[in-house]
Amino acid sequence: MKALLKQREFWLLAVIVAAMWLVSLRSPGFIQPASLANILNDTSILIMLALGQMVVILTRSIDLSMAANLALSGMVVALLNIAFPGLPIPVLVLTAAVFGTLLGAFNGLLVWKLNIPPIVVTLGTLTIYRGMIFVIAGGSWVNAHQMTDAFKALPRGSFGGISLLSWFAILVVGLFYLLMTRTPLGRSFYATGINPTAATYVGIDVGRTRFIAFCVSGMVSGVAGYLWIARYAVAYVDVAGGFELTIIAACVIGGISIAGGIGSVAGAVLGAIFLGVVNNALPVVNISPFWQMAISGLAILLAVIFNARTERKRGRIILKQAEHAA
Amino acid sequence: MTPIKTLGLGTALVTSLMLSTVTASVAETRIAVVAKDIGNGFFVAAGKGAEEAAKEIGDTSIIFTGPTEPTAEGQIEVINALIAQKVDAIVISANDPDALVPALQKAKQRGIVVVSFDSGVAPEGRDVQLDPSSVDLIGKTIIKLAADHLPDGKGKIAFLSGTATATNQNAWLAAAKTHYGDFPGVEVVATVYGDDLFDKSYREAQGLISTHPDLAAISAPTTVGIVAAAQAVTDAGKIGKINVTGLALPSEMAAHIKSGASKSFAIWNPIDLGYSATMIANNLIKGNAKAEPGAEISIGRVGKITLDDNRSAAMSDPFTYDASNIDQFSSIF
Repeated sequence: MKALLKQREFWLLAVIVAAMWLVSLRSPGFIQPASLANILNDTSILIMLALGQMVVILTRSIDLSMAANLALSGMVVALLNIAFPGLPIPVLVLTAAVFGTLLGAFNGLLVWKLNIPPIVVTLGTLTIYRGMIFVIAGGSWVNAHQMTDAFKALPRGSFGGISLLSWFAILVVGLFYLLMTRTPLGRSFYATGINPTAATYVGIDVGRTRFIAFCVSGMVSGVAGYLWIARYAVAYVDVAGGFELTIIAACVIGGISIAGGIGSVAGAVLGAIFLGVVNNALPVVNISPFWQMAISGLAILLAVIFNARTERKRGRIILKQAEHAA
Repeated sequence: MTPIKTLGLGTALVTSLMLSTVTASVAETRIAVVAKDIGNGFFVAAGKGAEEAAKEIGDTSIIFTGPTEPTAEGQIEVINALIAQKVDAIVISANDPDALVPALQKAKQRGIVVVSFDSGVAPEGRDVQLDPSSVDLIGKTIIKLAADHLPDGKGKIAFLSGTATATNQNAWLAAAKTHYGDFPGVEVVATVYGDDLFDKSYREAQGLISTHPDLAAISAPTTVGIVAAAQAVTDAGKIGKINVTGLALPSEMAAHIKSGASKSFAIWNPIDLGYSATMIANNLIKGNAKAEPGAEISIGRVGKITLDDNRSAAMSDPFTYDASNIDQFSSIF
C-alpha cells in the first residue's frame, strides 16, 4: 500500500477520478458508460501519440514533428484512397505506418548522423512536413464525400461496447508495455536517457537508439494519421495544428521527465487520459472559452511543479572523509 | 512545305513576335491577392475569381499568396515582400484588423492600391473594404437557416463558432441576436467556440448534443465548425433529430447534405468575391473610380457597389445551398 501511494501514476489516477466525480456533480451524464466510452474514443489517438513521444523523450530527445507527420501521412492515405478506391484498408494502414516511419527516420538520421539537437531538427521538419501537405494536396481539402465508406468505417466500428479506435489504442498500449519492459531495446531507451555515457560503456549505441526512438514515434504518428483522417472524415493542411504541444503536455503530466530517462507507459496513458477528461469535461460544464485555455495550462504547470519536486533527488555526499581531510 | 506556306508561317511568326513585344511594352498590371492562409479552400476559390477578373481586364497578372498559418505576423511579412516587388495593388483578407495597418499604410505611401475583402482592415489601412455580404444579413441568415427546418418553427438551437475573439464571427453572432425577435419559436440555448480546430469543434458539438438532449439545430458560422458538427451529429446517430447548418463551402458539406445531417447551409460565392475585389482594385489603379464615401464602383458581371462612410460596401446576399444544387457547386469550390 505504501509503495502504491509513492507512485505518481496512482496519484494521477486519483486526480482523474476526482475530476470526473466533480464534473458529474454538474453534469450527471458525464460518468455514464456511453460517455466514458466516448472519452476513451476521443483520447485514443492522443494515447498512442503520447506513447510514441514518450520513447523519444526518454532518450533525452523531443519530437515536435509528430502532429505534422500525422497530418502528412493522413493526407497521403486520403489521396491514395481517392486515387485507388479499391485498395484494401489494411494496405492503407500499412502504408501510413511505413510512410510515418520514413518521416520519423529522417528526423532520426539528422539527430544521429549530423548530431543536430532534436528540438531544432523536428522544428524544421515540422514546417517541411506541413508544407508538403500543401504541395501534394494543392492546398485543397479532402472531404468526406471523396473518401470511400470503408475508409471512414474502421475507427467507427464497435466491439464489446467500445469503438475499434479504442481497441486500437489498447493494442498499442499493450505493445508498448511489452516493448518498454520486456525487450533489450526498451531498456536501452531508458539507459540512453538516464546516462548516455554509461549506456555507451555497456555497449548501447546512443545515436542508434535515438534513431530507433524517432522511427517508433514516426510509425505511431503515421498510423494515427490514418485514424485521425478516417475518424473526422476530412483532411487539410492544418489537421491537428498545434497538437504536438498537446502530446508533449500529456507526457509531462504523465510524469515523463523532459530531461530523459524517467517515465512509464502507464504514466503516458494516464497523462493523455487526464487531458482527454479535461477536454471533454470543459464543453459539458459550460465554462467560458477564455477560462478553458487557462485551466488546461494550469493543469500542465501543476504537473511540472509536482514532477520537479519528486524528481529532485537528494545529493549523495561521497568521499566525505576526504573532504574533511582537505 | 510550299514556299507560299512557309512565307505565310514566317509572316505569322513575325507578327506574333511583334505583338508580343507590343504587349510587353505596355506595363502589365500586377494585383496581389493575399489570403488569410494559403491552405484554405475559400481563398483558393477567391484566387480563381481574381484570375477570372484578370482575364477579363487583360494585361493583368494575379499574384496569389499568403502565410501558411492564419496569423497577422505572417501576412505582414507577405505584405512587405509585395511592397518590395512593387505590385500595383494588394487585395487582402486580414487576420487582424489593426495589426496590418502600419504595413499596409507603407504600401499606400508607395502608391499601391489596397483593397480588403472578407475579413476587413481598419479604414486607415486600406482604400476600400468589400464585405461579402452585410453583417446584418449574414447574422439573420445563420439564425434563419436553423429556424427554416424546425418543426412548426419551434425548437432549441445552439451556435458553434470559431475562436471567441474572431472579428467576423462575433459580428455575425451579435447581428443574429438582433433578429431573435423575428423567430419567436426559436430558443438559442448556447454559444460555444471550437477555435476552428477540428477536434475541439467536434468535442464542443458532442458537448452540445449531450447537455441539450432536445436540441434541434446547430448553426456554425465557420467551415471547420459546421463540418465537425455534422460529423459529430452523424457519429452520435442524431441525423434527422439535429439539423446542422451555417456557413460552409459546398465541397466540404456535400457528404453531409447527402446523408441528411445538414438540410441546407449558406455562403457567398468566394469566386465572385475574389472577382469583385480584383475589379475594384483595377478600377482604382486605372483611375476609373475614387475611394471616397458615396463613390459608385463597377464590379463587372456582379454589378456595382456604393461605398459608405467607412469606404466599405457589401457585395451581395449569402446564397443558400441544399440537396437541389449541391452537386453543381461542390465541383466548383
